[in-house]
Amino acid sequence: MPSVCFYFQVHQPTRLRHYTVFDNDERYFDEGRNAAICKKVANKCYLPANRMLLRLIQQHEGRFRIAYSLTGVLLEQLEKYSPEVLSTFHALAETGCVEFLGETYYHSLAFLYSRQEFVEQVRKHGELIQSLFGQTPKVFRNTELIYNNDLGLLIEAMGCFDAVITEGADHILGYRSPNFVYRPKGCRRIKMLLKNYSLSDDIAFRFSNRHWAEWPLTAGKFSQWVNAINGCGQTVNLFMDYETLGEHQWEDTGIFDFMRHLPGEILKHPDNNFKTPSEVVASYEPLGVVDVPHVISWADTERDLSAWLGNPMQSNAIYELYRLEKKIKRANDERLLTDWRKLQTSDHFYYMCTKYFADGDVHKYFNPYDSPYDSYINFMNVLDHLQRRCASCETPIVAHSPTQAANAARVAVPV
Amino acid sequence: MRVFMLGWEFPPFISGGLGTACYGLTKALDQLGVKVTFVLPKMVDSQYATHVKLLTPQAKKRVGRRRNTRSQEEELANIKFRSILSPLQAYATPQTYDEQIAEFLRLRRETTSATDAPGDPGGGGTDYAGDLYREVHRYAHMAMDLARDEEFDVVHAHDWMTYPAGIAVAMASGKPLVVHIHSTEFDRSGEHVNQMVYDIEREGMQRAHKVIAVSHFTRGVVISRYGIPGDKVEVIYNGVERNGTWSVEPVTIRREEKIVLFLGRITMQKGPEYFLQAAKKVLEVTDNVKFVMAGSGDLMYRSIELAAQLGIGHKVLFTGFLRGNDVRRIFRMADLYVMPSVSEPFGIAPLEALDNDVPVIISKQSGVSEVLRHALKVDFWDINEMANKIVAVLRYPPLRMTLRNHGNFEVRKLRWRDAARNCLRIYEETLVPA
Repeated sequence: MPSVCFYFQVHQPTRLRHYTVFDNDERYFDEGRNAAICKKVANKCYLPANRMLLRLIQQHEGRFRIAYSLTGVLLEQLEKYSPEVLSTFHALAETGCVEFLGETYYHSLAFLYSRQEFVEQVRKHGELIQSLFGQTPKVFRNTELIYNNDLGLLIEAMGCFDAVITEGADHILGYRSPNFVYRPKGCRRIKMLLKNYSLSDDIAFRFSNRHWAEWPLTAGKFSQWVNAINGCGQTVNLFMDYETLGEHQWEDTGIFDFMRHLPGEILKHPDNNFKTPSEVVASYEPLGVVDVPHVISWADTERDLSAWLGNPMQSNAIYELYRLEKKIKRANDERLLTDWRKLQTSDHFYYMCTKYFADGDVHKYFNPYDSPYDSYINFMNVLDHLQRRCASCETPIVAHSPTQAANAARVAVPV
Repeated sequence: MRVFMLGWEFPPFISGGLGTACYGLTKALDQLGVKVTFVLPKMVDSQYATHVKLLTPQAKKRVGRRRNTRSQEEELANIKFRSILSPLQAYATPQTYDEQIAEFLRLRRETTSATDAPGDPGGGGTDYAGDLYREVHRYAHMAMDLARDEEFDVVHAHDWMTYPAGIAVAMASGKPLVVHIHSTEFDRSGEHVNQMVYDIEREGMQRAHKVIAVSHFTRGVVISRYGIPGDKVEVIYNGVERNGTWSVEPVTIRREEKIVLFLGRITMQKGPEYFLQAAKKVLEVTDNVKFVMAGSGDLMYRSIELAAQLGIGHKVLFTGFLRGNDVRRIFRMADLYVMPSVSEPFGIAPLEALDNDVPVIISKQSGVSEVLRHALKVDFWDINEMANKIVAVLRYPPLRMTLRNHGNFEVRKLRWRDAARNCLRIYEETLVPA
């Protein structure tokens, strides 16, 4: 009876270029590097994975179904650097077996700092998905599966979503299983889907780990684990980064072979099927209420915000960023607004994380900077420049030093 | 384990990291119960007389195991100090030696005529050599004499001037030799190496059973520039001595201006001109900052001139050479410590800065950057980036706070005890017949 519900997170931040206190232009982002990474990941992951999954959907005649959450910043980059990936996503959308989820356009932490900005970004993202794939997201997932009761209430109040997704963290579930549909505390209408982190991480993190007792993981073995849930669960929610396929787990680990055989193996059992999140939500009634008074996420073992807001640099940077919101919006300058929003992408704060920095682990792998300190310095230099652009839109320039005045004056001159 | 160690100056008479390292390592070996005969060159009695009582070969009959300052005597129960009358000094070069020798002669004349001290080695002023090369070999000869009365299992020599002595003692006694590389001629002189010094260094490394390098950076130099096989060269990082007298006396000076500190010998190797160039750039964007250069060296006057030339003379202060409490005081005042070394085998000063809660910027061309993660790192030549980072530290308190907290924590893990343990392991390995 369990439905297998796959959702893949697809995201690439727009990385900043090296920006010093002596720089004075509006080119904040590293076009070259972003293009190179986008193309690299497209070749290693997006293209082969999309083609494989498309073939599987066709092969299983609609019985294999999946969902994606594509961020706005990713889609913009794909359009610019890898349009062929975008066309394979179109092809996937046309099968009718693929659902696209809603999230913040800029993969931001806006929910924590500005509800208004959060809602604007979710709307903007919904419009983009509608225009690209002809469907309106009905299930919401927040950046990094960050969630608490307030988010549930806000999503219900927005009126356009049927469900919200978050991490099936042990400390919120207690004895309960993530393999059911729940109701967010305080909500009447929307439902809640929880990630089965154990089975998800078997694929996303442990798949290639040779010290793992279950290595090598085969599609058959994994299906048996899913079958074992039969009778004590309705849905197995496998949520992971799309880059798991080919980028985090390289092709030579056999990850593509695993995925190629998985649908067939799962469907061997007559009680099993695949459903998209919306279909799961439509099929099952909530089993109970889940109360999440404190903020959770899907990151690290802590499942909290410490990867983005764990040290003073991180909280300072993000606080200073959102402090600009009113000024930015008052300035009514589209480019200024876009630059400000691109700085909200959570990755910028993730790079500043000092947790585990000494061990050089997963955090380092995704980090374009040599150290969290370099990342903070760079971000603050950009933010400082953005602030000066803001100020020059508004009032006569208040300068701290002669050079800054000169810089600000230069910015103020329309080109 | 008994070690015949050919070392350098001990606090409070130190002119740089070499003395700090010898002291830290020896103290930690003492705590591990290793018996060390610590041999060091001594200039003249008068300089040391009031603080440290050291033994010359000539005086050895009268004294056995040894006394140092009172506190050191308790701490260093397994250490026996021996000194050799010699004008050798840490960081000497053939050029500076000539100047020193004149000074040495003058002092010798004064002390012998004025006091006629009984501890003074007989024979007047003839037992030193007129140039550094010969002096280093004369020192070796004296060390060999001195070693004859000592019991030891291993010979351990620190930096090139003691290598000939190390080789001689090892040869005469048949004991294994370990040489410890705190810096190489390439660090001190760039590409303009002194061939004589280079040859001595290489011979020491070749004759040694094991070579200890203070970083992988230096190990690389030992292998590539001196042709020493890699399996003979091990890395042992230096540690930092947590100050026992660490007190929380607050800095009472309230000041508007931030202080960026350079502390070290003002020599080519330490990159003082990059510090000043970066200072100039920093002052283009921020005003309330002063740059303090603490230390002395052959580029000191040129640095003062350069500061004036760059038009930032009023923002740069030179303190001259600092030691002991003054070092701690200047650290306490600093908001940031910068080590722009062109070539730095290790670099103990940044650890001391972190120990004093001062965030640091270090050059990527330093051994210490291999062990410090919670430090800002720049290429020494990249003055733009150096200035960028200085400004950021001055401007953003959260950056200072995070660097300070993590850095202070990190530095506590770098213990001399671990370095001493590794040394002991290496000693033991050299004693196992191959």
